[in-house]
Amino acid sequence: MIYFWAFVVGGLICAAAELVMIRFPRLTPGHLLVGLTVTGAVLNGFGWYDALIKFAGAGALIPVSGFGASITRGVLQETQKLGWEGLFTGTLEFVGLGIAAGVLFATLAALVAVPRG
Amino acid sequence: MDRNRIDIDGAKDYQRLVQQLAPKPNVARLTARAFLVGGTICFLGQFVFDWFRFRQPTEGEAIAATLATMILLGVVLTAFGIYDDIGQLGGMGAAVPITGFANAMASAAMDFRREGFVLGMAAKMFIIAGPVIVFGILAGILTGLLAWLAKAGP
Amino acid sequence: MDAVTVQRLGQYTVQLSRPPRITAAFTLMGPREGAGPLGPYFDAIVEDYMWGEVSAERAERKYMEQAARRALAAAGLTEGDVDCFIAGDLLNQIVSSTFSARSLGIPYVGVFAACATSALGLALAAMLVDGGFARRALVATASHYQSVERQYRYPVELNIQRKDTNQYTATGGAAAVVAPPEEGTGPRITRVTLGRVVDWGVTDANDMGSAMAPAACDTLLRHFQDTNTTPGDYDLILTGDLAKVGSKVFRALVDRAGVTLGGKHMDGGASMYGDAEWPAAGASGSVCSMAVLLGYVYKEMAQGRFRRVLALPTGCLHSPTTWQQGDSCPGISHAIVLETD
Repeated sequence: MIYFWAFVVGGLICAAAELVMIRFPRLTPGHLLVGLTVTGAVLNGFGWYDALIKFAGAGALIPVSGFGASITRGVLQETQKLGWEGLFTGTLEFVGLGIAAGVLFATLAALVAVPRG
Repeated sequence: MDRNRIDIDGAKDYQRLVQQLAPKPNVARLTARAFLVGGTICFLGQFVFDWFRFRQPTEGEAIAATLATMILLGVVLTAFGIYDDIGQLGGMGAAVPITGFANAMASAAMDFRREGFVLGMAAKMFIIAGPVIVFGILAGILTGLLAWLAKAGP
Repeated sequence: MDAVTVQRLGQYTVQLSRPPRITAAFTLMGPREGAGPLGPYFDAIVEDYMWGEVSAERAERKYMEQAARRALAAAGLTEGDVDCFIAGDLLNQIVSSTFSARSLGIPYVGVFAACATSALGLALAAMLVDGGFARRALVATASHYQSVERQYRYPVELNIQRKDTNQYTATGGAAAVVAPPEEGTGPRITRVTLGRVVDWGVTDANDMGSAMAPAACDTLLRHFQDTNTTPGDYDLILTGDLAKVGSKVFRALVDRAGVTLGGKHMDGGASMYGDAEWPAAGASGSVCSMAVLLGYVYKEMAQGRFRRVLALPTGCLHSPTTWQQGDSCPGISHAIVLETD
């Protein structure tokens, strides 16, 4: 069942982003990704996005909104432990891995591959 | 026809004409494609997630391993020149998942490598991924601050 | 001292006194352009569109330089026989033209009119030759899908979905030799109407055709008024790079102004790739209109199919910076008239 919901929720998030893109032609995909990330981060202030991840698994985790939610999750967790310093130390708690993996793999790709177009 | 600068009425009038004549985007088809492509990538992610869930001690580590695997997948598809075709097919369905984030970093790194590793590849790697990180962190800090104040308040 | 003879018609148009000829032309295009419906008209197709170079910028200048050298060879000339190399492209600081000029060693006039560079270059060459300021002039343009994409839009491998209004930058180089009428039998450049920058507030950089259509219409109507001609006086009215969407808008604008084009209108960008659904609306790039002019039109004129052609290449003069700052996309269109004897 989780596979079904992962497909549906993940698909719906993408479809919603596509609809906004069509409606506002001056927006670029960059604007949409930023918008989704911020939405995920804000929703997780109430723990709502993590609830969605529980429900839809990768369907909520894989879209970029899950990236924003992970930042807030880290901040909330660290502020509980450390106080205000957690606002800063917590930001990359869960997403640092994604950024590091991206940097490493992208560098390797740049070493071995050329754009084809 | 004797105006070569924008006058507001003229510009509005012209935009109406363009809107009439330009092909209408096929909203149903584009959205359906985004749904299918995005959904499929998430479905695949769920499969990877479950695979790691039985092999990693905690759920947190399983999530981390899943994201790293999906990022690797996105980069590999980019290096083989396949991911931009998925983007043409799925639109935001290819851009929104973490594989799209990886594609943004890898495509920029590959493209600008010719301007050198420091000023090209490294500097341009974040032209699309950078804003996501910047606004994500800003939103996270702000949300965390509000939540913290709400808890600490009277 | 004699008074200077004014070689002008009406307010905007130049009437050349001894109209120079295009004595030789060479079009050197990439594989995708070669596979299109105009492919058979191009002089050479390069199967590897990077042409063995490590960067698209180097490939682009190779297209331009090779096209220029082969045009010279086709005219039976060497670098020393031409007094002026007029070239332009889409890259920052028009580097492809500059680097080609560096290896050609001909006195160089770099011009920028985006995709309308073809007409601007040919017009300047015709005026220089007609005025006696140059014995012969060499005109060239080039563009390359990857280099232009990188500069104006996104990394090539990014997951971007093309819209129906998007245009695909053509890859290739094209060059022509412009010489006095005694040399050869090619078509003559008889009249020139330089374009004004026209901006009707289109801010969507994915719809350059609509941004440029008003400029084409403006130049067309000024040309008709100055020369007292109508579409009936021409065998072909060729716009450049408006592509499918822009052409529709252009025809609607011309129609509103009360001019009937009939079946005379053809667009270079819309013809380059035929009716395949992708790439989107058609071609663009500074080589596009030049290649259609020097490939298709030049050869059909030699066959006698067209005797008098009005060419109106169009260019979109925005930069990525001005667009990001919210400015609209200004358009321009320069007109030249080609006639056979």
